[in-house]
Amino acid sequence: MADPVLALDDLTVSLPAHGDRARAVENLSFTVGPGEIVCVVGESGSGKSVTAQAVMGLLPKGQLSLTGGSIRLLGDELATKSAAELRALRGSRMAMVFQEPMTALNPVIRIGDQIGEALEIHTSLSGADKRARVLDIMRAVQLPDVEALIDAYPHQLSGGQRQRVMIASAIILDPALLIADEPTTALDVTTQAQILRLIRELQVRRNTGVLFITHDFGVVADIAHRVVVMEKGRVVEIGAKEEVLRRPREAYTRMLIDAVPGLAPPARAAMDQSAVALETRSLSKIYSVGGGFLSLGKGRVVNAAKDVSLTVRRGETLGVVGESGSGKSTVARCVMRLIEPTGGDILVHGENIAHMSSSQLRAHRKRAQIVFQDPYRSLNPRRTIGEAIIEGPVNFGASREQATTRARELMALVGLSPDSLDRYPHQFSGGQRQRICIARALAMEPDILVADEAVSALDVSVQAQVLELLDDVRKRFDLAVLFITHDLRVAAQVCDRIVVMLKGEIVEQGPTAALFRAPQHDYTKKLFAAAPGRDYAFGGRT
Amino acid sequence: MSAQAPSSFVASAAAGRGALRLATRNSGVVIGGLIVLAMIAIAILAPFLGTVDPTEINPALRNKLPGAERTIRLDDGTTRSSTFIMGSDSLGRDVYSRVLYGARISLVIGASVALLSVAGGLAIGMIAGYFRWADAVVMRIMDGLMAIPAILLAIALVSLSRAGLLAVIVAITIPEIPRVVRLVRSIVLSVREEPYVEAAVTAGTSVPLLLWRHVLPNTIAPLIVQGTFICASAILVEAILSFLGIGIPTSTPTWGNIMAEGRQFFRIFPHNIFFPGVFLALTVLAINMLGDGLRDALDPKMAKRV
Repeated sequence: MADPVLALDDLTVSLPAHGDRARAVENLSFTVGPGEIVCVVGESGSGKSVTAQAVMGLLPKGQLSLTGGSIRLLGDELATKSAAELRALRGSRMAMVFQEPMTALNPVIRIGDQIGEALEIHTSLSGADKRARVLDIMRAVQLPDVEALIDAYPHQLSGGQRQRVMIASAIILDPALLIADEPTTALDVTTQAQILRLIRELQVRRNTGVLFITHDFGVVADIAHRVVVMEKGRVVEIGAKEEVLRRPREAYTRMLIDAVPGLAPPARAAMDQSAVALETRSLSKIYSVGGGFLSLGKGRVVNAAKDVSLTVRRGETLGVVGESGSGKSTVARCVMRLIEPTGGDILVHGENIAHMSSSQLRAHRKRAQIVFQDPYRSLNPRRTIGEAIIEGPVNFGASREQATTRARELMALVGLSPDSLDRYPHQFSGGQRQRICIARALAMEPDILVADEAVSALDVSVQAQVLELLDDVRKRFDLAVLFITHDLRVAAQVCDRIVVMLKGEIVEQGPTAALFRAPQHDYTKKLFAAAPGRDYAFGGRT
Repeated sequence: MSAQAPSSFVASAAAGRGALRLATRNSGVVIGGLIVLAMIAIAILAPFLGTVDPTEINPALRNKLPGAERTIRLDDGTTRSSTFIMGSDSLGRDVYSRVLYGARISLVIGASVALLSVAGGLAIGMIAGYFRWADAVVMRIMDGLMAIPAILLAIALVSLSRAGLLAVIVAITIPEIPRVVRLVRSIVLSVREEPYVEAAVTAGTSVPLLLWRHVLPNTIAPLIVQGTFICASAILVEAILSFLGIGIPTSTPTWGNIMAEGRQFFRIFPHNIFFPGVFLALTVLAINMLGDGLRDALDPKMAKRV
């Protein structure tokens, strides 16, 4: 094998003294060869991003420090280099692509100037030559209409285009090493597929070594040559992709792979007989952007949801699948009546709640509850979780004692200690908080539970547990569950039926198994084809 | 993202409990706080700090320099000699006594303007931030208020009514309210989008309770900081109004009207302006230091940036 582009040997990064563990990364050793993609995969807190920062020399000052081992880039030791020497290497020999393409680009600088920044710093090309180089690289990352885009600002681009710009600015000087830190996590699945394909092509053509950080085994399956599995700062397993994915040696790797939901839906009993709990008829929500007091003329109109008709029966999980901007959350928020729909009906047990006033809605508040995506913002940081759980029942006349007794039962039900009711949200992990949110929703004894991307922010192992809990409470309380997700794998595992949304409209719906077997609409087919890691059987769990 | 969220979250949650401890570690809070406390003590204890009646006119003892001796005849006919620590003014009044008693007016005005404008701004800001229908109308009124120069509005209000403490307080409070409203409204606008607020909506929590329980606590820390700045600026505005002769009538000493009094003979007897000026500057500086320090202590993100 050729000399490695990057060789980490016994790398150790220390955390500040009061952290929950002494080292962010401990005794890490692996190599990235030229033309090789090495995926570092692990759950949050596994030290994978710290590894990337250490290589780039971007560890946060005063918080993390390199305390041992060596980092060699093309045989050149980086650990002992000064800040100025590292700066000279960044951009030219190694470059990085970040997760969030919106915040990683400066909103007030033109695209061309941002891509050309590395040329500005590392070369002495003339203006015209620079522009030519920038246009070349923009074509190489397959940006459309490059002559126009070069003078555009980041907000005028889509998320996928922004990430292409990031990649272009990273590879413009042909670095030997490209570090990609979760580069597709913030993107829709179809865009993700395109970006992954792009990275693969570029890397083959330019023989770049790629250190690819991800939490998603589907992405690993699509892109990796070799895989490094990390847990709590240590390497669990290193090996070729086929080895690690198909025949993992370590129990931890096995557990992670099994926790990834499979794309094959399990058999489910049809729910045709049970009563319809929730029905929307031609639901629509129109936002007018701009326009308002004192503004001249009408603003632009956005159809967030258009003619959405769906039904959810008791005991059934209806999945609403779509990419960002498809209107799936708008539907959820209309059903919860957090917003008022512009048109159409929302029938809950036959009663139309679409245009009720807030006082009329009181009864509805008891019947429908929601679990949100972000476990860190769903609970008021200033109030104990006990107060959070009893808030609803107390609003509806339960005494504090009754409500607290019930809250203790619910805590046990969601797998948490009843004695922790007087603790504050920050004392719980993300998965535990999501359990608390489920307990809070159940405290109202609802018939309808809306889960708006409820497991999307969680690590796969935690995600699997929360999904199990959701399924368990659905059966136990005969809930009608409206499950909003962008993740086809999750949808395949938990939904009885699926509705696919595109630009505010339903393009296809049907039983999960049938939909996965034979998608009809072009968009559904595209969505399925883009799901990463299709060729690997994940989800040994179910 | 998941690595970032917990740390900042824990920081903000810990900030609530550790704020007091953090605040006392901040030198601005300690020094500013001590000076403000000293000023409050002076204002309350003014009669016991060797002062005489600050309004007593004594034509025989006009324009004495600091340190000049004088003899006071007490009610029982005996006499006692004392010193004009800060000299006397053109009517022979003791500047030391006037400055000490003047602290009362300044602090009362500073504190009441801060409290009133924060309370008023909080109420209006919450309504504007939470109720869409109120927002446009309320904010346009506030914009209108902000377009009027604060001092001119104060002059107009004071000249419409009888000059006095209440009129001055009202006159200074009104132009401060829009600033508080803007601050509170922006906080409410961002907090109302938080999932925990929406969760409370779906739990059937009534709007007043929702605002009180889930929205209001988020405004407290920024309002404490804003309140100190308003307090400092109110003290200044009062001094300006009194200096211009449209604030508190000269029968009640305030730092502003003591300085106004001393203006005519400034070149010969600068002490009439110097001493109240020092007190005024020191108080405003201390309150601003306190506010700055509190902002750093209550918002760890700001502290780190410094």
